[in-house]
Amino acid sequence: MTTTDVHKTPNPVAAAIRDAALTALISFCLFLPLVGFLTISNIRNEIVLTTRWVLLFSLVAIIGLGRLCYSLAIYPAMQRRALRPVKTEVPAWRAALGKWFIPFAIGFTIVYPFIVIATSGFGGALKWVDNFGIQILIYVMLGWGLNIVVGLAGLLDLGYVAFYAVGAYSYALLAKEFGFSFWVLLPLAGCLASFWGVLLGFPVLRLRGDYLAIVTLAFGEIIRIVIVNFVALTNGYAGISSIPRPSFFGIPFTADDDGFAAVFHLPFTPIYRTIFLYYLILALAFLTCYVTVRLRRLPVGRAWEALREDEIACRSLGINTTNTKLTAFAMGAMFAGFAGSFFAARQGFISPESFTFLESATILAIVVLGGMGSQVGVAIAAIAMIGGTEIMRDMDFLKEIFGSTFDPTQYRMLIFGFGMVLIMIWRPRGLISTRTPSVFLKERKTISADLIGEGHG
Amino acid sequence: MDVFIQQLINGITLGSIYGLIAIGYTMVFGIIGMVNFAHGDVFMVSVFISLIALLILTTFLGISSIALALLIVLVVAMVFTALVNWVIERVAYRPLRGSFRLAPLISAIGMSIFLSNFVQVTQGPRNKSIPPMIQGEFVLMDHGNYAVTLSLKQLIIWSVTAVLLVCFWYLVAKTPLGRAQRACEQDQKMAALVGVDVDRTISMTFVIAAALAAVAGTLYLMYYGVVSFADGFVPGVKAFTAAVLGGIGSLPGAVIGGILIGLIETMWSAYFSIDYKDVAAFSVLAITLIFLPQGLFGRPDVEKV
Repeated sequence: MTTTDVHKTPNPVAAAIRDAALTALISFCLFLPLVGFLTISNIRNEIVLTTRWVLLFSLVAIIGLGRLCYSLAIYPAMQRRALRPVKTEVPAWRAALGKWFIPFAIGFTIVYPFIVIATSGFGGALKWVDNFGIQILIYVMLGWGLNIVVGLAGLLDLGYVAFYAVGAYSYALLAKEFGFSFWVLLPLAGCLASFWGVLLGFPVLRLRGDYLAIVTLAFGEIIRIVIVNFVALTNGYAGISSIPRPSFFGIPFTADDDGFAAVFHLPFTPIYRTIFLYYLILALAFLTCYVTVRLRRLPVGRAWEALREDEIACRSLGINTTNTKLTAFAMGAMFAGFAGSFFAARQGFISPESFTFLESATILAIVVLGGMGSQVGVAIAAIAMIGGTEIMRDMDFLKEIFGSTFDPTQYRMLIFGFGMVLIMIWRPRGLISTRTPSVFLKERKTISADLIGEGHG
Repeated sequence: MDVFIQQLINGITLGSIYGLIAIGYTMVFGIIGMVNFAHGDVFMVSVFISLIALLILTTFLGISSIALALLIVLVVAMVFTALVNWVIERVAYRPLRGSFRLAPLISAIGMSIFLSNFVQVTQGPRNKSIPPMIQGEFVLMDHGNYAVTLSLKQLIIWSVTAVLLVCFWYLVAKTPLGRAQRACEQDQKMAALVGVDVDRTISMTFVIAAALAAVAGTLYLMYYGVVSFADGFVPGVKAFTAAVLGGIGSLPGAVIGGILIGLIETMWSAYFSIDYKDVAAFSVLAITLIFLPQGLFGRPDVEKV
């Protein structure tokens, strides 16, 4: 398996072939039970086996050939590239990109709905604004919220979705039972979520690293199980439906005479609501980002980052680690609460299905893949991961290649999971792995995260 | 009292399965300091492998002796699951060794998502159930309206677990491989300096962990007779709880922790609420980590500057 052996031997081609054959053999054994055989229930509901030799052998052949290509072509090319001298100066286009990327991205997100309407009309734009725009922005916001906890304070939280659920259920229940408006409940949901953040954060203050991750996971699951089983309040698995939708400063988005379209003398289409929701989540996401960026310069933000780098040093310097951790938990949870109430208002229906561990893992993956602590990186990771999985829904042309029974959405999470592994191997520090210190002496410099030894986080 | 004894029997049975999985967590955590998040899904894969092996034996090869079939299934599942975990370690964890501390955890979470979805895609999302293989039970106490029974299945689970634990203890305590493992656990660099092949030892740890998970998987299939692609996560977290409760890094601790978790879960289901049984297990995890982070048998974690 090891590629280094391949290139020491006198005949690299023979060695590569041997290596590929070995890989194929291993993958044959690996896939033999699960791919080679299919268990299906027959009419009498008994499990019977069918074989899939063609699929198995084609999979093994692909892996073997891939390995052969890798050790004959890709690996030597990578070796040659590694030997080339490293260019130290940054090319001009990259400097310009770094300078103009953020203003351009902000501008693009603001005009995005109009670009989509201009290119694909009202009917086609609905899908693009809703599935891509809003969906991605929710995750961007959640990623930025979790970034406070994981990226800045270095507290690994695997139960973040619990606060998202608290926000969503707070909005749904209070809006349905008491008829409060979205704008009253948005801050309230944030407050409730951050209250839960402090409540769950308090007992786990002493834990760190992997232990903290597992306990927060347990808390997240406990909240989900309680939501599932507390049927009297939450309606269990059936969920809460017909949640009131947000209105445009009191004007509802309906086809009625006092609806948005009628008031502004526009023809009624459902896209107004979608565009309104798009700008709402965009504003919320920008708020999250802005608050985070500003907080980093306050003493509490500096304390978070100091805590991430070395907890013992922090304590020695007189930083109150209890308060520092709790504020991080509370801030992160608050933004999850905002996002949760937005989610409930947008969907109009929530159920425990939306708040599983997989969501927490997705959000954490976005933060880590983006590069912990980097706002731009998190946004790019959210676009890549959520946009990528959304695109998988639309790949109808694959049906023509693999036959009509082929359903690309099945493979979404499969590719998602494997993508997480591959990106970690490729860039363990995330896509943007530089740190910009908020305090500097003469000039602002970014430093590579690889140079930072994280101690007792 | 009768109900209590019956629940004790059920709890120990469930706890043996958790204990076997928990050993995998505790060994991997002990040697590379990483929560192998995908271990629960490796267990689930092993249940599928044993299901398929069992079907091949009974339908294609026509083996009628259940005992022989189970023994072959056990061995086949151990071998193939060990291979799966060996490959996972090679592909997903080894390149990240020495990288920053979150990287292997994220990779393991990715692997966990990959494994459960791989099984969903290849074997379908529906529950797979097989007819009960082994029937027969011993009535221990009979008071007319309620009989305490120990089924043959439970007895098999107890004895297989006990035998394997003895073998496993021998492996870790007495063989060169076990010595190398304990050396790597203490200090990888020093172990490498005195001639221990660290990479190979870590690979072997994953292989052993998977083999024990496969035993748990085969027993699980025999006991419950039903499995689905999503069955890895919850047993995985519970087994991790068991490992933490027993003191992570401690092998007897993992088994005792497993039995305790099994007992807590069955007792909670019997006396309080079956809906909240997972809450009980997860609460134990949180409470243990908060008040007794070193677990029952673990060494306290000394913080050094």
